[in-house]
Amino acid sequence: MLSETTPPQTATSGVVQAPPTIRNPQTNESSWRGLLRWESALLVALAGALIYGHRTTNFWNATNFFYIGLNIGEIAIMALPLTLIVITGEIDLSVASMLGLSSTLLGYLYLHGWPIGVAIVAVLIVGAIGGALNGVLVTRLGLPSIAVTIGTLTLFRGLAEITLGAKSVGKFPATLTKIGVIPIPHTQIAYSVGFFVVLAIIYGVVLHAMPVGRSIFAIGLQPEAAHFSGIRVKRIKLMLYVLSGTVCSFAGVLWTMRFATSRYDAGTGLELNVVAIVLFGGISIFGGRGSIIGVVLATAVMACIQQALTLRNVDAQVRNIVTGVLLLISVVLPNIATGIHRLRERRRLRNRDRLAQRAPDLHQPTTTTTEGQRA
Amino acid sequence: MTITHHSRRRGGAALASICLAIGVTACGSSTKSSSSATTAAGATTAAGVTNAAGTPAAGGATGIKSGLTVYYIPKDTQNPYEVLADKGGEAALTELGGKVVVSSGTEDTAAAQIPSIQAAIAAKANAIVIAANDPDALCPSIAQAVAAGIKVVAFDSDNNCPNHLFINQADTATIGTAEVDYMATLVNSTGEIAILSAAATATNQNAWIGFMKQQLAAKYPNMKLVDVVYGDDDPAKSLTALTGLLSAHPNLVGIISPTTVGISTAAQYLSTHKDIAAKVKLTGLGLPSQMKPYIKDGTVKGFMLWNPSDLGYLAGYAAANLASGTTNLKDGSKFTAGKLKEYTIAAPAGAAPSVILGPPTVFDASNIDQFNF
Repeated sequence: MLSETTPPQTATSGVVQAPPTIRNPQTNESSWRGLLRWESALLVALAGALIYGHRTTNFWNATNFFYIGLNIGEIAIMALPLTLIVITGEIDLSVASMLGLSSTLLGYLYLHGWPIGVAIVAVLIVGAIGGALNGVLVTRLGLPSIAVTIGTLTLFRGLAEITLGAKSVGKFPATLTKIGVIPIPHTQIAYSVGFFVVLAIIYGVVLHAMPVGRSIFAIGLQPEAAHFSGIRVKRIKLMLYVLSGTVCSFAGVLWTMRFATSRYDAGTGLELNVVAIVLFGGISIFGGRGSIIGVVLATAVMACIQQALTLRNVDAQVRNIVTGVLLLISVVLPNIATGIHRLRERRRLRNRDRLAQRAPDLHQPTTTTTEGQRA
Repeated sequence: MTITHHSRRRGGAALASICLAIGVTACGSSTKSSSSATTAAGATTAAGVTNAAGTPAAGGATGIKSGLTVYYIPKDTQNPYEVLADKGGEAALTELGGKVVVSSGTEDTAAAQIPSIQAAIAAKANAIVIAANDPDALCPSIAQAVAAGIKVVAFDSDNNCPNHLFINQADTATIGTAEVDYMATLVNSTGEIAILSAAATATNQNAWIGFMKQQLAAKYPNMKLVDVVYGDDDPAKSLTALTGLLSAHPNLVGIISPTTVGISTAAQYLSTHKDIAAKVKLTGLGLPSQMKPYIKDGTVKGFMLWNPSDLGYLAGYAAANLASGTTNLKDGSKFTAGKLKEYTIAAPAGAAPSVILGPPTVFDASNIDQFNF
């Protein structure tokens, strides 16, 4: 197993040098504090969103909370596997197209007389295959994931369009389509949110309490180092892509049932919302940092703000701007924080050096650590 | 209008309060200014509440309840055609002492419209007027609205959901006959005419052409339809078809092009060939924005399309009448739509209830400047 992050030492053997070696020990040392800070910021944001909602007419009632969940459910579900992928330093932009392909295929199979249960299983398998395609291209051929998944974004949507053309398929069994209209009995929780919660718990446990989770972080921090310390980097990444494909096609099934319709353009453009939630959740786009809790909180904040803005009849353009600003904040703030941290660290070191010069014999241990940090 | 103004302010306040929420100093100059913005948002909301809470009270000679709230949900908030329709709806509801809330997304997807339907349900709106981005995918949400007692009216783009009234912008027969009638006024009901259509398989155009032929046969014995050519709604193909038509029929006096691509291509050609334009009159279905220059330079005297403003106005009256119980979705039900006078709802067995706006509007030099879609 990986004992915390030993990579820097192993990495000295070669490939990457200056920037990561500076970054790693630092992020490691402050990662917990940094994370906590971001998540508490999200908590404050959530409180703010709820207060804002509370001041909005018709926001604070059970039905509205059901709607909030209903509107964000599939997006939230797709954000979970993407979180893991982003932590490994990769990205998957094909998520919404996979949702569309899955929805279309489900409609196509159902139209051709397949029992709905079998059709759903088939669709999930296709999702896994689609994910595997992404994974193989990224890991085995070593292509950049952003290029690969922009390719499959178009590819999956194209396949969806070929499958059904301009047609739309409806008349799905009412027992399934009810998920778009009614919450889980005796609650005000949308079915998709129920699935999201279950999946979030599973993902949380995998990422934060299991060895493979630590490997995922290690890959994001330093792929080469992770590789040299015995982590099967490519296999883990491939698995994550397969998982992403499967979960996104499951989101496609939910989407189809919610709208009681299957059409090739299902979920067009949602990848941006999914990426926005992941980044807003404090997942570093450079990999190696983040938590599931952050993503869950980010989902809640985003969903509440969007719904409150809609209820207040704020222009759709302004709603987009709000999403954009949140995204920017979530990218810019941690960088500013890191910058400040680094600055303070440097000042501290300078002071120590000065002290050390004055009384060198007193500071043996500290100097060694500072050397390590600056190397 | 005021709505936009308000939402801007609330939007600003929203941004400010988000900044406040996240506790970012980089975001606003000081906490003080942010909190004052939040207070402003609170005040605006308070005003909004009093507005919305104005419970519908019976009144007016027509039996329309006052204080009705109608949500207009266009395909997206930028579609210029539907922006005009929304304005028409605002005019209608203002006349009736109610109000219109326009709400939609920036993308033409069903998913972007659903939050707006939910907002209408949450706000206990009396009616929804919607141009669906998807005929089926909105049905679960529309069903929820109907279950909540909200009357649903569709315009511009119909949906397949039960229990709603569709405002049909123009019916097939009227479009066909009106175009021939207009051409007849241009050519003194005499001479050879031709049609420049879209694709040979285009359902709408073929249906209109069918009614054009009927009308010619029934009313205009001296006008002769010599040819129907197809430009496939492609400017280049339309131009080829047009030039072919002109050389094959030197005695042509008129061209009807019941498609926006065809008529604009033909108008462009005629505007650069004044000698031909002097002999051959052009009309058809076109977009005011595209046709404006040709109306201005006299190449085209007039063309037709339905009037989006009237469409929204009629939808507003229909929604208000349905919400007040002064009309219903049964075949033969009637209602009065202000300046547009009386309408009868048609709901033949097996078809959804609908109302036809009426004959298409003629756009010419007298009114072309009022439209920018």
